[in-house]
Amino acid sequence: MEKTWNNKAWFMVLPVLVLVAFSAVIPLMTVVNYSVQDTFGNNEFFWAGTDWYVDVLTSDRFWDALTRNLIFSAIILAIEIPLGIIIALNMPKKGLGVPVCLVLMALPLLIPWNVVGTIWQVFGRVDIGLLGHTLEMLGVNYNYVQNPIDAWVTLIVMDVWHWTSLVVLLCYAGLVSIPDAYYQAAKIDGASRWSVFRYIQLPKMKRVLLIAFLLRFMDSFMIYTEPFVVTGGGPGNSTTFLSIDLVKMAIGQFDLGPAAALSIIYFLIILLLSWIFYTVMTTSDAQS
Amino acid sequence: MNFSWMAWTLPTALFFITIALLLVGMAVWEYASPGGNPRVGILRFETTRGDRLFVSLLGSAFIHLAWLGLGGPNLWWALALSVVYAVGVFRYV
Repeated sequence: MEKTWNNKAWFMVLPVLVLVAFSAVIPLMTVVNYSVQDTFGNNEFFWAGTDWYVDVLTSDRFWDALTRNLIFSAIILAIEIPLGIIIALNMPKKGLGVPVCLVLMALPLLIPWNVVGTIWQVFGRVDIGLLGHTLEMLGVNYNYVQNPIDAWVTLIVMDVWHWTSLVVLLCYAGLVSIPDAYYQAAKIDGASRWSVFRYIQLPKMKRVLLIAFLLRFMDSFMIYTEPFVVTGGGPGNSTTFLSIDLVKMAIGQFDLGPAAALSIIYFLIILLLSWIFYTVMTTSDAQS
Repeated sequence: MNFSWMAWTLPTALFFITIALLLVGMAVWEYASPGGNPRVGILRFETTRGDRLFVSLLGSAFIHLAWLGLGGPNLWWALALSVVYAVGVFRYV
């Protein structure tokens, strides 16, 4: 069938172009402009060229924060994806248990990020927090304010609590979309529980798992609010991720030039990762 | 309208004008030869010429960053390398 070409349709995309221009393109242009200059306020700027980029790229501070980001993302993905699959596999498929489980799973997702941070900040405190105080009573030396490992464990557990539900809901959506005929065929063949998972459920969940992986990676790589509220990047710099470092640099130190250069580098890393994941998703779609 | 808050400089303005001209050029190319010329190259998945421009620009950005981090502030060689890279992308990807 021959396509109908109507150039007036281009006007339909004008609103989104204007929206993207004001919300993304113009701010991005401004950040690029700031990244090659120095300013002390009062709208006065001094040319710095590529100095800020060289400073950022050759600083330990940047590479340390990037490494922390990658380690954090790897850990939470390694926990949340398998845990999400296991919970989704064990959720009821029919009856009253379905809406109950779905609502329970959705609850953590409805809580604003800064509230999640505040909940865990209080929850983990040794003096008044249920978790911190209980651990202390049990003789565990836990203090996320002073011990970097405790701070990391707190952030990871908090993220798992907050976001595993998303993986569960996506996997559950993938599971309930599998027709019964597949399970019946597997039963006739005498397939084991593992075989059903390996050859029916996992391939059918592949697409939603890819989406879950993408969403959780991007979100954890850009994490800011929760660690900022709970640890403020500490103790020391042990939980200072790129986003926290960026805000410290831009607002805490008012180093707008280096902060703009760091923003552009951070943006390019996110853009590269998004493109890789998008390509993997669309390629696997085309293959299936 | 006052755009001084955007802190424009001549080099950054030239940079964005170049990007805009590239996009206009791609639009003209698409008008002259519609369809985006999709093909499967060495990356083993289908790309249109828009994809190839995106890969070229993104790769060039990382070539420049790598040059700044490893080589120093003189970017002319990075620019030359990026042009070679972009030609390679449009030819083989």
